[in-house]
Amino acid sequence: MQGFAAEFSTAFTLILNGDPELWAIVLLSLKVSIFAVLISALIGMPVGAALAVARFPGRQVLIILMNALMGFPPVVVGLLVYLMLSRSGPLGVLELLYTPTAMIIAQVVLVTPIVAALTRQVVEMLAEEYSEQLRSLGVSRLASVPVLLWDARLALVTALLAGFGRAIAEVGAVIIVGGNINHVTRVMTTTIALETSKGNLALALALGAILIGIAIAVNAMVSTLSLRAEREGLRHA
Amino acid sequence: MRDLVSEMARRVTVNGLQIARNGTALLDVPHLTLSGPGPTLILGPNGAGKSLLLRCLHGLIAPDKGNVEQDGVPLNADHKALQAMVFQQPILLRRSVAANLDFVLKRQGLQRAARKTRIAEFLAEGGLEGKARQAARSLSGGEAQRLAILRALALDPDTLFLDEPTSALDPSATQVIERMILRASEGGVRIVMVTHDIGQARRLASDVVMMQGGHVVEHGDARGVLDDPQSDASRRYLAGGLVT
Repeated sequence: MQGFAAEFSTAFTLILNGDPELWAIVLLSLKVSIFAVLISALIGMPVGAALAVARFPGRQVLIILMNALMGFPPVVVGLLVYLMLSRSGPLGVLELLYTPTAMIIAQVVLVTPIVAALTRQVVEMLAEEYSEQLRSLGVSRLASVPVLLWDARLALVTALLAGFGRAIAEVGAVIIVGGNINHVTRVMTTTIALETSKGNLALALALGAILIGIAIAVNAMVSTLSLRAEREGLRHA
Repeated sequence: MRDLVSEMARRVTVNGLQIARNGTALLDVPHLTLSGPGPTLILGPNGAGKSLLLRCLHGLIAPDKGNVEQDGVPLNADHKALQAMVFQQPILLRRSVAANLDFVLKRQGLQRAARKTRIAEFLAEGGLEGKARQAARSLSGGEAQRLAILRALALDPDTLFLDEPTSALDPSATQVIERMILRASEGGVRIVMVTHDIGQARRLASDVVMMQGGHVVEHGDARGVLDDPQSDASRRYLAGGLVT
């Protein structure tokens, strides 16, 4: 019991003293996940919005597929990205395996379906509400996409935060494609896994505390945005 | 110039309009011509097909059969560009009051400075000064409908369709809206409005289209239709009987 107390104490000392190794890991985690979410936003939002307003055969199948991909097991995503990037894989020539870029790719694969599916959902609801008014104003289906995306902005930021939450807390995929190399691809979750197995609980606990702090901050932002949306009448009926 | 053009384009003719769902006729209007100066009030009980007819006139709904012509030409994109519509529940963009007007003015191709001036004018006209930066969706029911009407007028339409714009409003809010509608009408905008409020038809209408069960049962000068109805359905509705 005394041992645990000492580990906790060391963990908080690491955080408070600004341990360079610890903060380098935190910074890399944030960089990888923020990049991944931004790329996912660029892909997922237009795809989600297009699926919300366009009508074509097979649309429903695509929606079901996208929703299913939201729950795709991260380790399987890691394995697939690994196969693509490994030396004998189709993208092996790029030599991206065991780099932060590989981790970003894996997280993009995980997060894009979340962003796209949530975007589709909120934009479709909004499109239904706006449909007659926009047609009355002479706005075409295609031209309505930026209007809808802008008007759903608060809900979309929430979707991005949800995506970020999944990315930053993910371990299975990034450990496979990143390799958990010290000072290169070691992020919070993979370090926690490694250090715990090595018995170095202090660093694992310090990172765990920061990860929890980030999770709380993300949730607080989601709640604040929801409240603001409600107050300003921007919430979807 | 626009007045001349809109005068010419004001003759709206409905030919053999039919809409049916699951074998039930929802709208069946063999012929209807709206050629007066307006305002035209479409009056009748719920389910009479008033809103459906209005949407057909504005081209929001394509009929199963028949068509709508404006000045002898089937309703086209050029006609629609000069039309605007206000709905029963105002559909406002999730933006500020000013941004709702700006959206329309930008589509009209106005430059930023001109838009700013026009927005201030519109807000003053609708009594919404001081609310420019407020979220449009946080306006009261009456204010929201005023903004919806201002936004429709910002399109500089020759015809304004209104679908029961005051049905959810109290008398004082209704009065403000009615004044705005009459001002627009006096300014040369042709008003075609749906209501089930007989008093409102008396206050606003130049001509009245009476509807029941998807049919136009009577159309004519407001005073004639409201004071001396020729059909049984009109007589019963105007007498305050429950017409279903």
